[in-house]
Amino acid sequence: MAVTIIISAVLIAGFLAGLRLMQNPATARNGNRLSALCMALAILFTINELGIWNSVSTWILIVIGSVAGILLGQKVMMIQMPQLVALLNGFGGAASAIVAATSLSLTANPGALVVLTAALALAVGSITFFGSAIAALKLQGTVSQKTVSLKGHRYWLGALLAAGLLLIILSIFYPGPLFYVIAVLFSIYGVLMTLRVGGADMPIIISFLNSLSGIAAAICGLAVYNILLAGAGALVGVAGMILTQLMCKAMNRNLQAVLSGFSGATPVPGTPQPEEPGPQAQSLKEEQIPDLVREAQKVIFVPGYGMAVSQAQQQVKDLIDVLESRGKTVKIAIHPVAGRMPGHMNVLLAEVGVPYEMLYDMDTINPEFAETDLVIVVGACDVINPAANSAEGTPIYGMPILEVEKARHILIFNLDARPGYSCVENSLYSKQNVLTVWGDAKETVARVTASLGEE
Amino acid sequence: MVAALLLFLVAAAILGYRIISAVPPMLHTPLMSGMNALSGITILGTLAVFSTATTAPLKALAGTALILAMLNVAGGYWVTDRMLGFFKGKESAPEKEKA
Repeated sequence: MAVTIIISAVLIAGFLAGLRLMQNPATARNGNRLSALCMALAILFTINELGIWNSVSTWILIVIGSVAGILLGQKVMMIQMPQLVALLNGFGGAASAIVAATSLSLTANPGALVVLTAALALAVGSITFFGSAIAALKLQGTVSQKTVSLKGHRYWLGALLAAGLLLIILSIFYPGPLFYVIAVLFSIYGVLMTLRVGGADMPIIISFLNSLSGIAAAICGLAVYNILLAGAGALVGVAGMILTQLMCKAMNRNLQAVLSGFSGATPVPGTPQPEEPGPQAQSLKEEQIPDLVREAQKVIFVPGYGMAVSQAQQQVKDLIDVLESRGKTVKIAIHPVAGRMPGHMNVLLAEVGVPYEMLYDMDTINPEFAETDLVIVVGACDVINPAANSAEGTPIYGMPILEVEKARHILIFNLDARPGYSCVENSLYSKQNVLTVWGDAKETVARVTASLGEE
Repeated sequence: MVAALLLFLVAAAILGYRIISAVPPMLHTPLMSGMNALSGITILGTLAVFSTATTAPLKALAGTALILAMLNVAGGYWVTDRMLGFFKGKESAPEKEKA
């Protein structure tokens, strides 16, 4: 007993130390390895406690899971990270739900607290699994990225939640059969909850499901009296909550609104529309880019999800290299919700060899735009739209943006002039100091880089 | 025992909140995939259930959960390690991994 507590404390401290090392990109990899080591020790310790060293079937299952996991982790492309994280959130939730459901059958007379926590873990785990499955399918494009909602969606969700909570309380008196109903109700809840969430809100919902997978594990730990499970689950739950908060703040959204399906997929009537945006309103021409670049001393890149869709990271890196070789100061500004999950852009750029010192977050870089000669936007729209400051009543109103409009010149490499996910016209497109180059960023950026090379 | 459980849960949550809040936005994707791996801690529960399950359906269910949890652990740590390998400073010569 005492030994179990001490070992659990040491291992949880190890997980915390690993996270502490994640605060710095130079030490993060070691932090992850420390965490993995602690996990291995936790598994071996448990196998020892249970006395199942010689259980062949256990080892076979461990090997199957490990091999499948390593293959998945090795093969996945970085653009697919949101799907992978969603999938793993789901697996974690499912495993916790199953443990919660089956743990009752192990004890002859489980106490009320055990039944209650098991029912809760089952509920949270079921939401996590089915919610994550839908999120992964949406990210993969199998299910529509738009919000899908039923008639009276909000009431369905409310009714399911109320009925589910009632059953959880009742399960204290009638465990067993009620567990099946709880699992079914909360599975439907998970599906309905995620179906409503639109593409641009994915960073929020993924963070939220990440958190739920930890909460399910933590409650599961209470149900099966496992300190490590409770402690480590709590860590995951907290991490997910922090990210959920950050993502909501970065989109000026609250979690309630996201879960109830308000995600700005419909244009709001009365939106102040800027005058016909398009090349004719601009005085700058693409042929002038070499001049703009020559004059610029300080350049900031703003990549968005469009860069990832076009797979233009390498082309962007090539352009950065050319600019740096000409003695320019180059920085990269990353909006917290650029991409489909927190930090997605950073990974995509790091993959093509962009050193992490060049990557700046929004709060750090925003004061610098005013003294910047040239901003190069690649596949980003909503996160730079000044309408967020002025267009009251639109979905992006009040959302913090990268203040690129303060720079001297702005080059925009977007696919077309259509508004971003928010359906709010980008008022930048018609400004005098802005040059837009429409088309696949992979080609347009490469073309511009080539035109610079001719000098 | 229940007191110890709650104590650990709350302590981990509070310390975790302080530490995780300071992870820079740049590393949020690896943070999340690392948390995927950590949520695989539920494997400890699956091991207990699997080893004590008496009926075939229970055994099958627990076995499935065991595989899923182990998949989370292995896949989560592996992909996190791969990703963090991309993050290089200016001094270290950037080498590329072909996916």
